[in-house]
Amino acid sequence: MRIADALTAAVLMLAGGVVIFDALRLGIGWGTDGPKSGFFPFWLALLLVVTSLLILVQTLRSRAAGPFVTRQQLRPVLNVLWPATAAVALMHFVGLYVASALYLGYYMRAVGQHAWFLVLTLAVLIPLVTFLVFETWFLVPMPKGPLEAWLGY
Amino acid sequence: MGLENLLLGFQVAVTPFNLVVAVIGITLGTIIGVLPGLGGANGVAILLPLTFTMPPTSAIILLTSLYWGALFGGAITSILFNIPGEPWSVATTFDGYPLARQGQGGQALTAAFTSSFVGALFSIVLITLFAPLLAEIALKFGPPEFFAIQLLTFSSFVGLGGGNPLKSLASILIGFILAAVGLDIVTGQLRMTFGVTELMKGFDFIVAVIGLFGIGEILLSVEEGLAFHGARTGMNLRVVLDTWKILPRYWRTFVRGSFIGFWMGFKPGGATPASFMSYAFAKRFSRRPERFGRGELEGVVAPETAAHAAGVAAMLPMITLGIPGSPTAAVMLGGLIIWGLQPGPMLFKDKPDFVWGLIASMYTGNIIGVLMVLAGVPLFAAILRIPFAILTPLIVVVCAVGSYAVTTAWWTSGTC
Repeated sequence: MRIADALTAAVLMLAGGVVIFDALRLGIGWGTDGPKSGFFPFWLALLLVVTSLLILVQTLRSRAAGPFVTRQQLRPVLNVLWPATAAVALMHFVGLYVASALYLGYYMRAVGQHAWFLVLTLAVLIPLVTFLVFETWFLVPMPKGPLEAWLGY
Repeated sequence: MGLENLLLGFQVAVTPFNLVVAVIGITLGTIIGVLPGLGGANGVAILLPLTFTMPPTSAIILLTSLYWGALFGGAITSILFNIPGEPWSVATTFDGYPLARQGQGGQALTAAFTSSFVGALFSIVLITLFAPLLAEIALKFGPPEFFAIQLLTFSSFVGLGGGNPLKSLASILIGFILAAVGLDIVTGQLRMTFGVTELMKGFDFIVAVIGLFGIGEILLSVEEGLAFHGARTGMNLRVVLDTWKILPRYWRTFVRGSFIGFWMGFKPGGATPASFMSYAFAKRFSRRPERFGRGELEGVVAPETAAHAAGVAAMLPMITLGIPGSPTAAVMLGGLIIWGLQPGPMLFKDKPDFVWGLIASMYTGNIIGVLMVLAGVPLFAAILRIPFAILTPLIVVVCAVGSYAVTTAWWTSGTC
């Protein structure tokens, strides 16, 4: 828990530093017509760095309180996370609908071990309904791939 | 002004055609409210072309009913999955989701819908009685007043956070910094985009909420090895009646939430801070503040009452002054002009049947709405019975689709 807190605080300090860097480029002072673009981000980032520093100090002074995550806990989390990351990367090439069908199918089969019939039905049906709702009804375009192009969308 | 006008309004609103229109609007609105990324404004904009052939009063009834539906629907996913469908239902997740995990999803939903209705009714009554007077107050609100409201809201976050106040503060700062990314609307300069064109639009609130909140919560419940405990919830309408027996106990919260919601609501952008503030006040005045955040029914009542009161009150500046109080109202205002009506103070004199028909339809629409969603409580609660391995990827996919719908940029689904 201590290491996780300290790491997060360090990363946030780094992020604050990046923001300050960009704010300095934009100008943090007062222009002719009010504050310059970097004024607000600069002070926010400075406060973030100070807060993170305080959290870091607080963490280092506290006593260790158990591990952040156990191996048993990490496994199911990664089971959700890795396929989801892969699906997002895949979205670039095959579109959102095919990627979600693959993700749904994979998770239901690999983790839930549901019957193939159920898995296939849901993996096709859910993206199909999403497609009808968003593309045809609400006319919100989603990323599409070769399959949709082949079908004429 | 007065009762005879309202009676005239009811004669317009309570016709079979207009009632059917209201039912259709609420059904569509509830669906839109459930889908994250699609809000009342989207729904109204999409239905707008359909209304051109209707009489203006029926048209506005359809659009406002859709808006009520979206207000009700936003609470459903907040309570069941900890994924707020709308910004103002974020505060509902604090206690609604723990309740659902303890198998009391039905109670939480009933409380949310009932308090939404109470808040709405309060605002409608005030609008009926004091519309022109309140409009003048709304006009006097300027930047200093808005700043004061925001400061109060954000200060209450630090006070609210159960854990380390420093961590709450750091989270608030991250949110502010994320909001500052993109085009500076004052100077036109690009902030923190580092040459990436897709960052120009900045981060949308809903995307941040879905990605950090929704997905984070899914991962947490997976980590704890918990299935969604929905099976123990009573699956019949008894839940509604049983919850109603408890709710009068929170009458103070209802009154407080209604006032906060109405006061914040009739000025632009008020519903979200109103829900947070109402929650903070409820916790402050509660005899058991330590129970908040772990599944306290009052913690659902407070934000929902305020959010719905604010949502209704946002209609007020639109009717009386022609100034939209919310994005949804802005789209409706466009509709008014297309139907050949001139929004503004003269509308009360020129088209009394339209204005009072609209106000009367707020009563009928919300009554129909609350009955419909309450009847749906067993159905909504039954969603939790879906096996975990199906529900988890489904929620992740809905999140991805929702956040994409908001911004139409592929990388936002990556935040999921």
